[in-house]
Amino acid sequence: MGCGTSVATETQGKRVETDEAVKTPTPALTMKAAVLIQRWYRRYVARLEMRRRYTWNIFQSIEYAGEQDQLQLSSFFSFMLDNFTQLNGNGPDLISQLLDPVVDPWLDRETCYNLIPVPESYTGPRLSFPLSVSDTNALLSAFKEQQTLHARYVLQLLYETKKLLKQMPNIIHLSTSYTKEITICGDLHGRLDDLLLIFYKNGLPSAETPYVFNGDFVDRGKKSIEVVILLFAYLLLYPDYMHLNRGNHEDHIMNLRYGFTKEVMQKYKTHGREILQLFQDIFSLLPVATVIDGKILIVHGGISDQTDLDFLSSIERHKVKSALRFPRRSLEQLDLGQSYRQAKRMRSTDSSRPSSSRSHSKNQRTPNLRKRRCGLSRQDSAASISSSSSSSSSSSSLCSPRTPSCLSPRPCPSSPSMPYTVNVLQVPFLDSLSSVPPPSPPQHEREWKQVVDILWSDPKTQDGCSPNTFRGGGCYFGPDVTQRLLLQHGLQLLIRSHECKQEGYELCHGGQVITIFSASNYYEEGSNRGAYIKLGRELVPRFYQYQVSRTTRKLTLTQRVRAAEGSALRALKEKLFAHRSELMAGFQQYDQNNTGSVSVSEWAQVLESVLRLDVPWRTLRPHLTRLAPDGSVEYQSCFEDMGPGIPLPQVTPNLAETLFRYRTDIEIIFNIIDKDHSGLISTEEFRHTWRLFSAHLGVDIDDRAIDDLARSIDFNKDGSIDFTEFLEAFRVVHKLDNKDQQLNGKT
Amino acid sequence: MAENKQSAEVIVSDVHKKIRAAFEAFDFESNNTVDAREIGTIVYSLGCFPFQKDLHDFISQVEENHSGYVHLDKFLPAMTKVLMEHKFPPIPEDLLLQAFEVLDKEKKGYLQPEELTKYMTQEGEPFTQEEMDEMLTALADHEKNHIYYKDLISQLTIDPDM
Repeated sequence: MGCGTSVATETQGKRVETDEAVKTPTPALTMKAAVLIQRWYRRYVARLEMRRRYTWNIFQSIEYAGEQDQLQLSSFFSFMLDNFTQLNGNGPDLISQLLDPVVDPWLDRETCYNLIPVPESYTGPRLSFPLSVSDTNALLSAFKEQQTLHARYVLQLLYETKKLLKQMPNIIHLSTSYTKEITICGDLHGRLDDLLLIFYKNGLPSAETPYVFNGDFVDRGKKSIEVVILLFAYLLLYPDYMHLNRGNHEDHIMNLRYGFTKEVMQKYKTHGREILQLFQDIFSLLPVATVIDGKILIVHGGISDQTDLDFLSSIERHKVKSALRFPRRSLEQLDLGQSYRQAKRMRSTDSSRPSSSRSHSKNQRTPNLRKRRCGLSRQDSAASISSSSSSSSSSSSLCSPRTPSCLSPRPCPSSPSMPYTVNVLQVPFLDSLSSVPPPSPPQHEREWKQVVDILWSDPKTQDGCSPNTFRGGGCYFGPDVTQRLLLQHGLQLLIRSHECKQEGYELCHGGQVITIFSASNYYEEGSNRGAYIKLGRELVPRFYQYQVSRTTRKLTLTQRVRAAEGSALRALKEKLFAHRSELMAGFQQYDQNNTGSVSVSEWAQVLESVLRLDVPWRTLRPHLTRLAPDGSVEYQSCFEDMGPGIPLPQVTPNLAETLFRYRTDIEIIFNIIDKDHSGLISTEEFRHTWRLFSAHLGVDIDDRAIDDLARSIDFNKDGSIDFTEFLEAFRVVHKLDNKDQQLNGKT
Repeated sequence: MAENKQSAEVIVSDVHKKIRAAFEAFDFESNNTVDAREIGTIVYSLGCFPFQKDLHDFISQVEENHSGYVHLDKFLPAMTKVLMEHKFPPIPEDLLLQAFEVLDKEKKGYLQPEELTKYMTQEGEPFTQEEMDEMLTALADHEKNHIYYKDLISQLTIDPDM
């Protein structure tokens, strides 16, 4: 072993030795050779590990940034609901039809699904209720063969599930005394392959193999319907051995953005809306927690310092339809005149609050988790937009209190980007409306908070409990909060999910909290493993990991890292492209002489401030942009290999960029408007929606530009727009795609 | 003279940035602290090739009172020194080739997985089973299951990014 000799001498010595000892290497030489190879290889693996972590950072940053956009979208919906009752002048409000639970007498009738004919040509499973093992087996084989269950059976299944769930308590109590080991699974997110792999490795649900699925069955993955149908089918088959907790994605507004709604609409064109309506009810009827042997608490997200399991058991959980729609207060509870006076008072105290909110978020910045850091500053504007959208134009509708200020400290709604001059009537809360502050917030808001905390919170390493301003709901809870709750209820362990972990699971808070995540390759092929927990009578968790693989050959670490890295970089590049004009403006500030280049630090600086993504820009620079011979960055090269999907209609750059950036949200809005799923909306609807959305975003778009755009995409001039085609234009395409794929083909 | 000083400062500043970036990748709580067990990975990724013993010495140098954690305050100056003085220089390719040839006693031009396993897990600074499995998966030719080291060296030494 190299005991302090300098490397140069070693090198020399070794070379001489090698020349002389060709046939018979001495043991010492052999050892030296081995050490050299080991060092070289370890360094290589370390570099890969580094790249893997960077890639992970990118995915996580983008995902959390996406959740911020979600806040944007849902606040937009609320805004529309509160301000515009009719979009097209005649007929009821389209948005509230979809977003608000409609009591449809037809859906509640027991035999509604019987009226749906199932054609002879249908070869899929024909379920008979009550379900038997042959039904669930039929579902398994059908889904393995990519079949779709007929809408009639879907509706019946959902209806039966709803009936069953209504009888269940908020918190399910299980015991290991009479059963074998309980298997606990985390997020599945529509990954049917992962669910099938779990069933294959661990066994199908049965008396010997009871399961707890800890929420987030839907969204993001392409087979959410299949996953949730299987889970519900087993629930109906074995209600004593199959247990489902609600997750934050069991929420119709989340579904709008993250893909479940779209999947349902695409697979079930005729009955999609009814199916979605049932899902909405079912999701809110799912139990929120499971307790095993009175010792182990299982919830989807986590807890807060106000979590009270006894209170949680008593609430009406189905009233919390969505975490993103705060409970509306009823008219009777408030005196409108008084609220107006209070609002005036609020505005005068507004000036004092921005500074406190800013300092609040600044404090948040220093000790906190890396992945949260990026969102906090942006959150200021998002939160203020969302709170300012709680406005009321008509006297008949009160604003929905978007930010229950009495429940958690929030930034004040004085946003510089408030674009509209609508009379912002702040009706923040009960404590500011009545002269005597009440001892506690109204019942339904407390209930709402209890549920949202359970579904949205994340653990943090430092003590304390702070609002999860990043996700927009729930808290960050520290080890002390965990300790306190466990002690209070005589528990010993908290099992939760909600966060993707590279190994499929992770322990924290000194082993008192376990995160379990069951969707492998969540971000990309090879990004992470999935895992599940098995718990026997001794209540010591055992972890089982797996990874679904599309290839038959085992991928090397190099290949996995490369694949994930490629995908992450593409996503990142799309972000750059969607913020092009802001970035260029930033670059040009540093490049007054128009040389086309800036220093690496300046380049990184601009990216950090515009995109607010917590990724290591300097390290990623070689993948994103070119260097000039003098070592400075040619910033235009960032955007070189990307372009629009099909030739763009004539639009101003500003408009184009907004369309790129909010493409997903716009798609959702169009899908809602398009009631008959024809793929067409009227130009009037388009114009109206677009104006609203851009006003809400604070983007300054000329009315004429919108009209021109509408006209230009109404290709056959019949007053309707094929929005699929329109959106296709604003899908970012990577010009070097084919080339990249060829390169990645090699090891 | 002034120019030289300036460029020296720039060099040090760049080195600092590189070290920070590598460190931050493992600083999960954004408090400028990493687990001491990650130091090896960080050092390797910065282009250094210490022997295990040197690595352990380095870690004990920068670790906080046997807490198992390393703070950036200590790591940055120590690592800067390592990089500026080229303390653990990389292995030249030809030397690596010779090392493989030493192990390839019959001069076949390749190594059998069993051969390599024997050396890697019994000689020098032994691999764990996991490390060995990964190496074999990564390096072995998929058809003949031979490890053609000549091709591998250049392929795996190329550093397109950091």
